[in-house]
Amino acid sequence: MRVPLSWLTEVLPGLDAHAPEEIAHRLTAAGLAVEGIDRVGAGIRGPLITGRVVSFDEEPQKNGKTIRWCRVDVGEAEPRGIVCGAANFGPGDVVAVALPGAVLPGGFAIAARKTYGHTSDGMICSLRELDLGDDHSGIWVLPPDTAIGADVLAMIGDVVLDVAVPADRGYALSIRGLAREAATAFRLPFRDPADVALPSIAGRGGHPVRIEDPGCTRYVARVVGGLDLGAQTPFALKQRLTLAGMRPISLAVDVTNLVLLGLGQPLHAFDRDKVQGPIVVRRARAGERLRTLDDVDRTLHEEDLVITDDSGPIALAGVMGGASTEITAGTSAVLVESARFDPVSVARTVARHNLGSEAARRFERGVDDALAPYAAEVAVRMLVELGGATPEDAGTDVDARPARPTLVLPLAAPARKAGRDYDPAVVRARLEDVGAIVTGEDPLHVEPPSWRPDLTGEAELTEEVIRLEGYDTLPSVLPRAVPGRGLTRGQRARRRIGAALADAGYVEAVIPPWVPLDAFDRLGLAAGDDRRNATRIENPLSDDESLLRTTLLPGLLTALARNVGRGLSDVGLYECGLVFRPGADPLPAAPPVGVARRPDDLELKALDAALPRQPWRVAVVLAGQWRRPGWMGTDRPVSWSDAVDAARLVARPLRVHLDAVADDHAPWHPGRCAALRVGGRDEGVLVGHAGELHPRVCAAFDLPPRTCAMEVELDLLLATAPPSLPRAPLVSRQPPVLRDIALVVGSDVPAAEVEAALRDGAGPLLEGLVLFDRYEGVQIGEGKVSLAYRLTFRAADRTLTDDDANAARDAAAAAASARTGASVRR
Amino acid sequence: MSGPGSSYDPKEAVALSADSLDTARVDGVRAFAAASDLDELKAARAAHLGDRSPIGLANREIGTLPPEARKQAGQRINEVRTALQEAYAAREAELEAARDAHVLVAERVDVSLPSDEGRPRGARHPLTLIQEQVSDVFLGWGWEIAEGPEVEAEWFNFDALNIPAEHPARAEQDTLYVAPAGSGVVLRTQTSPVQIRSLLTRELPVYIACPGRVFRADTTDATHLPVFSQVEGLVVDEGITMAHLKGTLDALARAMFGPAVVTRLRPSYFPFVEPGAEVDYRCYVCDGAGRVGEDRCPTCKGEGWIEWGGCGMVAPAVLRACGIEPVEDGGRWSGFAFGMGLERTVMARHGVADIRDLIEGDVRLTLALGGDA
Repeated sequence: MRVPLSWLTEVLPGLDAHAPEEIAHRLTAAGLAVEGIDRVGAGIRGPLITGRVVSFDEEPQKNGKTIRWCRVDVGEAEPRGIVCGAANFGPGDVVAVALPGAVLPGGFAIAARKTYGHTSDGMICSLRELDLGDDHSGIWVLPPDTAIGADVLAMIGDVVLDVAVPADRGYALSIRGLAREAATAFRLPFRDPADVALPSIAGRGGHPVRIEDPGCTRYVARVVGGLDLGAQTPFALKQRLTLAGMRPISLAVDVTNLVLLGLGQPLHAFDRDKVQGPIVVRRARAGERLRTLDDVDRTLHEEDLVITDDSGPIALAGVMGGASTEITAGTSAVLVESARFDPVSVARTVARHNLGSEAARRFERGVDDALAPYAAEVAVRMLVELGGATPEDAGTDVDARPARPTLVLPLAAPARKAGRDYDPAVVRARLEDVGAIVTGEDPLHVEPPSWRPDLTGEAELTEEVIRLEGYDTLPSVLPRAVPGRGLTRGQRARRRIGAALADAGYVEAVIPPWVPLDAFDRLGLAAGDDRRNATRIENPLSDDESLLRTTLLPGLLTALARNVGRGLSDVGLYECGLVFRPGADPLPAAPPVGVARRPDDLELKALDAALPRQPWRVAVVLAGQWRRPGWMGTDRPVSWSDAVDAARLVARPLRVHLDAVADDHAPWHPGRCAALRVGGRDEGVLVGHAGELHPRVCAAFDLPPRTCAMEVELDLLLATAPPSLPRAPLVSRQPPVLRDIALVVGSDVPAAEVEAALRDGAGPLLEGLVLFDRYEGVQIGEGKVSLAYRLTFRAADRTLTDDDANAARDAAAAAASARTGASVRR
Repeated sequence: MSGPGSSYDPKEAVALSADSLDTARVDGVRAFAAASDLDELKAARAAHLGDRSPIGLANREIGTLPPEARKQAGQRINEVRTALQEAYAAREAELEAARDAHVLVAERVDVSLPSDEGRPRGARHPLTLIQEQVSDVFLGWGWEIAEGPEVEAEWFNFDALNIPAEHPARAEQDTLYVAPAGSGVVLRTQTSPVQIRSLLTRELPVYIACPGRVFRADTTDATHLPVFSQVEGLVVDEGITMAHLKGTLDALARAMFGPAVVTRLRPSYFPFVEPGAEVDYRCYVCDGAGRVGEDRCPTCKGEGWIEWGGCGMVAPAVLRACGIEPVEDGGRWSGFAFGMGLERTVMARHGVADIRDLIEGDVRLTLALGGDA
């Protein structure tokens, strides 16, 4: 809420003894954060005074413009001659004149200067030139009774506080509410501006009103007639509205808005002569329509609370009035509505029609339910005073307020919550500061004030005491936690995986989880691919942010392309994050579940059933050089094998062995893609894929050819990880014996199968084996490959003989030969 | 030639004479000194200390002596052998030093050459690192780290947190909803739903921290992202007070920003806490001085305090929705909760000017900031 300090000070005399910064500080400390202090006219220096246009000549110019050469009386002996480009004023109008020597906002210095063949001795200003508004349609014409030669700055200067009002404190969306808070903060006496004497209006045949729905708990209708059609809102009040962020419209409307801002009670002004018959507050009926004041024809919903007359709906209750009863220039009789509507009902109507208003904003946050007749009276008095209107004696006040329970507060409750003591007298005084009526000794019986509908129990009352006594008085004590169990296995694994990938040269990326609509096409996913079943955002920020990722790859590939595009060509990225997998079938909606008690297990299960599966995944993408050219000469480009190895780096902290099995799986190159399995090459659990990307995918993401990628599902790795701690091996002190063996196999035989056969055949003496050479060429024939292994043998209890080692090597070769058709190369 | 133990023959024992031994010593020392490299020294060693050397031959002769003479002769031989060995060792040390001076120096390399094989370095993201650092602080206190889904039922994200459907606080959150309309599912706007899940599943008392990503329908600019990181803390135990909240925030601030940092609480409103507050920490760069004009502290922008997050005492309605009886209802339990964004801390710490740099994946930023443990 934008709060002109002049207004706040008018309601709370004595506040002007404090600097705006101090007021802002105290309000912020009371929970009403002041987010800005605007000084109106702060950018203006030097003489800016009022003047009256005596006369002018219109002079067409060669450039097509017509200027006015004006004589302006600024209270000096002679009028000044001033050139003006605007045409929205006439002789006798009062205007704001910046005299030579003045500086306007933005550092615009005014000097007497020659222009259009005259010496212009100052400038006639528009509101925008004075930084008082956006209106640049013409110059600013002041009220005709304004004194001449007066300091304009003294008339308009003000300080406006921008106060962020929390959602539970609707009463603070008014000068009245803020003045009450400021009075408490500065210990100033507070006089409630709503505290006006009410005339007796009941039972004398006011406008008939009927409430037919509990969504309205109070409806006051007051009528004034004989409104002076020419009456204008005084300049100072218009200025107030403007500074508070509302636009002056007409006297009757301005009065309702001034009461809304001043007291926090939204009012609506109907043209009484257009209201047909009794006012009835009810829910809308199917098919009913209403043209609202913003000139939109709306189809009403059966849950919309509406104000109706014999013609049907004439206003959306608490949100916006209707065009059929709108105040116009010819309105002489005004029906003032001052009512209270249910916050939830108003909020739903606002959401349904996407139609907010200053009134709705206050009703949604709760309006003082005792305020309605007082606010109506204040409005009536203003219309009488400013518009020459006559109030009708009779008025209507339909009061359907439910009784509000008295609250009970144990005296010790604030201390128990705060962790410090409060004197009983302080507890009582602070509740009275808030406006509550406090009786009893212990527990206290507290009747909260009507303007604080948020005070509903012990916790809320306790907060008021602690807040007003100051959070800075709280001691600082560290609680003694119960001993915890440290990180979970998954949490520990993610840390080690991140460290391992970073050590291996990958740079972590943290990427928003949404993907553009065409991401799956660019990945080349088949029509039925489950990764196309993505969670959709109902209100995305843009098309590119409308689907949630089902794989980490699109975001990583886009980030990789961004790096490459910026000249960083040798890059590996990794990300560890959630993906969202709703599955092929539509998910059930989350059922409504209450909050008065713990949901039962069925309810919790139903809530979780509405969510997509959200497993942790880790992925890498890499392009360019794995090792760059350097003085060691070890450079090479990235390869599919780096991607597979990245998966093994990921699996290692969980002690999971990954088998790489040839696969054809988008977005990978069909000949260079490994399915990663745990628990066997054939029957093992598929946990991810790695390899080189399909050339079309590289092109679709603007990536260099031979870009590689890996993605595995961490949740699956965790599920397949051996649960028990590993056993220590028997560390033999005996010397090793090495044997080399070269095998020729068909080139379609996976090396992993040859290796497995060698291991099985070699038996328990085999400590390890390494593939140290791989050769394809004419010497070994077409469709063949030579694989050379170095086998290390060692026994636990003795030094192996040559015969031992040779026998084991030959057994290994025999197994490889039997299982893969390998022949030993001599 | 007689072997040891054969009968005494004085003619055969000439090698054991004092003169012979002395000559052997002098010859050997001279030969070692004359060796000009390690190979010559090795040859000289064979000639003067080997089996066929005079001293070696003398040793063989001992057996020919009568038993009463053997001891004395052995002593004499040992004296000479020791002298020769010392002379050899001394010369060997000299020659090795000389060799080192030539050969190893010739093998000198330029140690200022790049030590890597051209493999680009990697790094972890500063947001991950700060999340771990904060988590470690909590773990050190004995708290546990709790996590939950990012796509979350509204019940967990709003209802259970005392934010009813039509409450203005719900509309103020700029929520991203999951389609179709009415699904009852959102992208979580806060990590607080993890608190609800924890209270529903964990045994009391609960001491947890919940780091994670949250989402808002906020347009991306230099200071806003629609996705950002938070860490929240939750304690529910017997006798928990707002003083404990303050103590916890002070301790966390000290752990994160230095031993002199303190916090301040300002009243605020979050439906799930009562009392509610915003927490600031005193600027660790200017120590709260702030300052104006050219001296203005760049970290706190002259405020002296830096906005950190929201906090408060867990509202009784939240505990009720989790089946926990709050003190207000005569139960045993009360608690506090707090939450703060991590991006702004990373930005303040490292001087990141544009928050978008944190999510673009440009390796230059991460490499520059990701080494900080």
